[in-house]
Amino acid sequence: MNLFTDAIAWLLNPAQWQGQYALPTLLGQHLLYTAISVLVAAAIALPAGWLIGHTGKGREIAVAVSGAARAVPSFGLLILLVLLLGVLQTPLAAVITFVLLAIPSLLAGAYTGFEAIDRRVIDAARAVGMTEWQIFTKVELPLGMPLLVGGIRSALLQVIATVTIGAYVNLGGLGWPIIQGIPLRRFDQVLAGALLVAVLALLVDLLLAALQRAAVPTGIRSPSPDRTSSSDRNGRRSARRAASVTA
Amino acid sequence: MITARKSRLALAVGVALAATLALAGCGSSNPLDEPYTGGGTDKGGETIVVGSQAYYSNEIIAEIYAQALENAGFTVEKKFNVGQRDAYMPDVESGKINLFPEYTGNLLEYLDKSATATSPDDVYAALQKALPKTLKALDYSKASDQDTYTVTKKFAQDNGLESIADLAKLNTKPVLGGAPELEQRPYGPAGAKKIYDVDLGFSATAQSTLESLLAGQVQVADIYTADPAFQTKDIVALKDPKNMILASNVVPIASSDIADKIAKVINPISAALGAEDLVSMNVQSTVDQASAEDIAAKWLKAKGLD
Repeated sequence: MNLFTDAIAWLLNPAQWQGQYALPTLLGQHLLYTAISVLVAAAIALPAGWLIGHTGKGREIAVAVSGAARAVPSFGLLILLVLLLGVLQTPLAAVITFVLLAIPSLLAGAYTGFEAIDRRVIDAARAVGMTEWQIFTKVELPLGMPLLVGGIRSALLQVIATVTIGAYVNLGGLGWPIIQGIPLRRFDQVLAGALLVAVLALLVDLLLAALQRAAVPTGIRSPSPDRTSSSDRNGRRSARRAASVTA
Repeated sequence: MITARKSRLALAVGVALAATLALAGCGSSNPLDEPYTGGGTDKGGETIVVGSQAYYSNEIIAEIYAQALENAGFTVEKKFNVGQRDAYMPDVESGKINLFPEYTGNLLEYLDKSATATSPDDVYAALQKALPKTLKALDYSKASDQDTYTVTKKFAQDNGLESIADLAKLNTKPVLGGAPELEQRPYGPAGAKKIYDVDLGFSATAQSTLESLLAGQVQVADIYTADPAFQTKDIVALKDPKNMILASNVVPIASSDIADKIAKVINPISAALGAEDLVSMNVQSTVDQASAEDIAAKWLKAKGLD
């Protein structure tokens, strides 16, 4: 309990709010690396995931690749990339590391979102004369959205937690108080840094949880407390089933 | 739903199991817990246990002590690579390890957090006071393994830099690179401002400090005095006339009961071990990949101490 009050006191100390390693600066760096990494990962993983989900081809490869990527230890990869690319390219090394970390969740979110859609809905869309592009934009994208947001949510959480190691290669972020505090044996500072990362992760998770709920299209949302309507049951069931896939 | 609940239960059980195993592992895997069989405080056996940190340079020095003692007719047991200070100091204090190569400043920092001494003699004097009764510091050596403010030779020549104070002459604010904790140390940027009136930026270059200096990303770098780079790269440490940086000379720490007996073997080693010796032995280890035994034997022979 004492260590907690020490950590809070450390956070409130004006010395932490100014200078090169001011907490707002560190927070900014943390968010910047998180945002860049997740955006780059999304640009790669979402089109690939949608293509797999839409065509139903290449699923095994996607599962294998994302499974393997999940097993790569981020810390080791970061150090390796810094050694390979040189000290002038540390930001690039860090972004590559975090992108690889974010891709599996995003990829899974994208293709399971499409896969979870009832095949009859797609067949119906095709039967009424929709083009493949119309099926993609008007049927698959909206119906797959809740699961996609779920994938983004877990990717963001992992990246926020892992950007902490960026401080180890001189990139700042909220890992800085932790990385600096350990050799100085200042555990109030270490705990304060850990608390900040945890709080940030929780806040972002809450935000994304709300977004995920909002992403359920109105067509498959229950219009009234009456939960027996078949469209509602189908939508929710598929969303739930797919959610358990991403989790 | 039922399967979901089941898998959640399985997960919880799995986590609990893993945690139990991990904790159990912590309890039994401490290598220092194994039953002790060496001589140590047992005066009948007269075995001297020499220890070393998990640091190649420290192991070379320990190897020198061990070989010199063997040559002088002592029975020696080596306990090398026993980790960092937190791990081995209890065994050194209790006499399970009788002789350990240490560094004056870093050991003083460990024993007395409020210590203010920085010059080699002051640190040594403070260390002798701070050591527990069971331990004695033998003579310290000129060789050290301490922080420096280091610049490239070219940068020093171009700007006429010799001491840390000369950094104030630069037109632009130089950036100091080093481990993250340097920013908070008394000899970090704040210390340089207070003692030499030099304004420095800071960059936590950590493991890549040397590379950052050579790449020009930082102008000043904190590189340890025993670093092989002082021989293999064109870099030079700036002088510290006001002793801002905590001196950390190589010092043999011995159990009090045998300290006097081994002093006549160990003190000449400290006297002969110069700063360049330590750097060149580290080069032999890192560049030539020579073993600690060979490096130590060669050095003892060269100094006529074998």
